[in-house]
Amino acid sequence: MIKENRVRFMQGNEAVVEAGIIAGVRFFAGYPITPASEIAELMSIRMPQVGGSYLQMEDELASMAAIVGASMGGLKSMTATSGPGFSLMQENIGFASMVEIPCVIVNVMRVGPASGMPTHPAQGDVMQARWGTHGDHPVVVLCPANVKEAFDLTIEAVNISELVRVPVILLSDATVGHIRERVELPDPASIALINRKMTTLPPEQYKPFAAGEDCVPEFADRSNGYRYHMCSNMHNEWGFPADSGHEIADKLIRRLDKKVDLFQDRVTFYNTYETEDAEFMIVAYGSVARSAKDAVKLLRKENIRAGLLQLQTIWPFPTAVVKQFCVGAKTVIVPEMNMGQLISEVRLAAGCEAVGVNRADGMAISPQEIIEKVKAVK
Amino acid sequence: MAQVKDYLRPGKLPHIWCPGCGDGTVVGAMIRSIDKLKLDRDLVTVITGIGCSSRVNNIMDFHSFQTTHGRAVAFATGYKVAKPDMKVIVVTGDGDGAGIGGNHLIHAARRNIDLKVILINNQIFGMTGGQFSPLTPNGAIASTAQYENTEYPFDVCKLMEAAGATYVARGTVYHLALTEKLITRSLEHKGFSYVEIITQCPTGYGKRNKMADPYQLLMWQKENSVPVEQAGKYSAEELKDKFIIGELLVRNDRTEFVEANARLIDKSRAKAKGGSGK
Ligand SMILES: Cc1ncc(C[n+]2csc(CCOP(=O)(O)OP(=O)(O)O)c2C)c(N)n1
Ligand code: SF4
Repeated sequence: MIKENRVRFMQGNEAVVEAGIIAGVRFFAGYPITPASEIAELMSIRMPQVGGSYLQMEDELASMAAIVGASMGGLKSMTATSGPGFSLMQENIGFASMVEIPCVIVNVMRVGPASGMPTHPAQGDVMQARWGTHGDHPVVVLCPANVKEAFDLTIEAVNISELVRVPVILLSDATVGHIRERVELPDPASIALINRKMTTLPPEQYKPFAAGEDCVPEFADRSNGYRYHMCSNMHNEWGFPADSGHEIADKLIRRLDKKVDLFQDRVTFYNTYETEDAEFMIVAYGSVARSAKDAVKLLRKENIRAGLLQLQTIWPFPTAVVKQFCVGAKTVIVPEMNMGQLISEVRLAAGCEAVGVNRADGMAISPQEIIEKVKAVK
Repeated sequence: MAQVKDYLRPGKLPHIWCPGCGDGTVVGAMIRSIDKLKLDRDLVTVITGIGCSSRVNNIMDFHSFQTTHGRAVAFATGYKVAKPDMKVIVVTGDGDGAGIGGNHLIHAARRNIDLKVILINNQIFGMTGGQFSPLTPNGAIASTAQYENTEYPFDVCKLMEAAGATYVARGTVYHLALTEKLITRSLEHKGFSYVEIITQCPTGYGKRNKMADPYQLLMWQKENSVPVEQAGKYSAEELKDKFIIGELLVRNDRTEFVEANARLIDKSRAKAKGGSGK
């Protein structure tokens, strides 16, 4: 039986805060922006209560830098923002990728570009979340569709960032961020927490960027002689710049890439609904998946064999999962609150016809719009 | 007393700097200050941004991070909160600290967070080949000011004072004994410290400005500096293009940020327990 106090009526943004705290986040730095501001406000209340710190920085460049700095100092760290702020964070998301610093970036998407529509949902940052910072870099992006998922995926985000030493982006949207729903929170004792690996090697043998088979280097406690260097440049295993060391650069870039490949199964989350015999497979993510599920229900009532594959992990793109569930489908329908960002990846993986249902005007995609599209391609 | 080389990372010499560059002299001054204060080497972290000056921590044997251009102070803010016992020194350049990272400098000073910022002011973008910086003198030549620099430099020490820094000082490479003393004092101070050190970049600045010989640049530092104790003797006009050197501000009337944050944590916990939170 679920204890009374574990049943909560919660906002999506609030779920992110509570889950972050349970996952061990003890440092939050941010700069307020709609529709993510509740995360900053709640963090300013909750962080000190658990012995953590809330810093309101001068901008998102600083927020991102501060969370990487705090994580370098050993604290699990998080920031939260929306489109314009997410743009400002990009350079140091790359830095976190390069020096393999665990951290979680929450982007509660609103309509863009530029200031767009601050209070309305969108999914326009799907490609930016993957490729927003320059250069080849690993990153993991998770996408919740409701308050419970915002909670669960925040815990996963913190855990994955610690396990794989990658920045993890929680790509929420204004709908998920602002909606209030009844949620049954898990018993905190039942939640497995992951902490970054610490070296057991003595300082003279320790190399901060040497990695074993899992491609993830170990941290060292910055005391007792572990005086190591980290830099944003291409670096060797000791962490020093390798300005013209092409072999070193090659080795590093390939390891960073392989690292996330090795953990792909661990970081891939999805839900399915009525997929077994689906002729029309809807592939959706984020709040759009809610409408997609309703669309499937209604279509089934009309004996149209529709199914839903809801991706909770969008990057690294779960090619194998999409292939597995779309193999028997005639057409794949990809509703997105953008002009079609993930559809190309879906099309490639599905290997069949894929059509989009798109809008980027700040309005949610209704089940009816999806149903109409299915009927149109039927 | 240990020697400077005892604090250098084995195998990290030669460094990357040009002959006559002032950056190495600053490293020497920093190390002598740290040695004088007998700071535990495992409790010192040197954080830098990007630039020639930001390479100082490659060779210094302390914890070290070379971050992104302009953001060292922002990283250091998070790091210091995570590691309150660490002496956190930020070394930055005039481009890194006063240009691209200027906003972070202002707000870290305002918070009075216990960071020791050392801004190595060579009046130019050294690393990228001598483009003008926000601290390049008006009328000087730079690779992006081939006719002349039409912009004006600004007094970052005054800016720091206005922003709320609690320790502000300026030295030069020429006045090395003074500079060393200022670094030492800033390391002892609790709160946001800003020490600007005027240095020379013969390659990016001197060559284009008829001071190719580092000696000429050192003499330029000597001639253009006025010790703060004597500044009162000069008119505003006479001080126009001069650097005031020495300890410019020490104040102890603001709570240091990490300490204030710790108090806030106590207060919130007392409140959560149902206390008054006072
Ligand atoms: C975001 C970004 N913009 C530009 C650069 C290129 N860049 C590297 S160092 C530098 C200027 C450094 O000048 P300064 O801080 O004065 O340091 P110095 O090399 O003179 O010591 C510039 C513009 C960069 N690395 N990152
Ligand atoms: S370019 Fe200038 S600042 Fe850079 S190493 Fe050479 S002399 Fe020093």
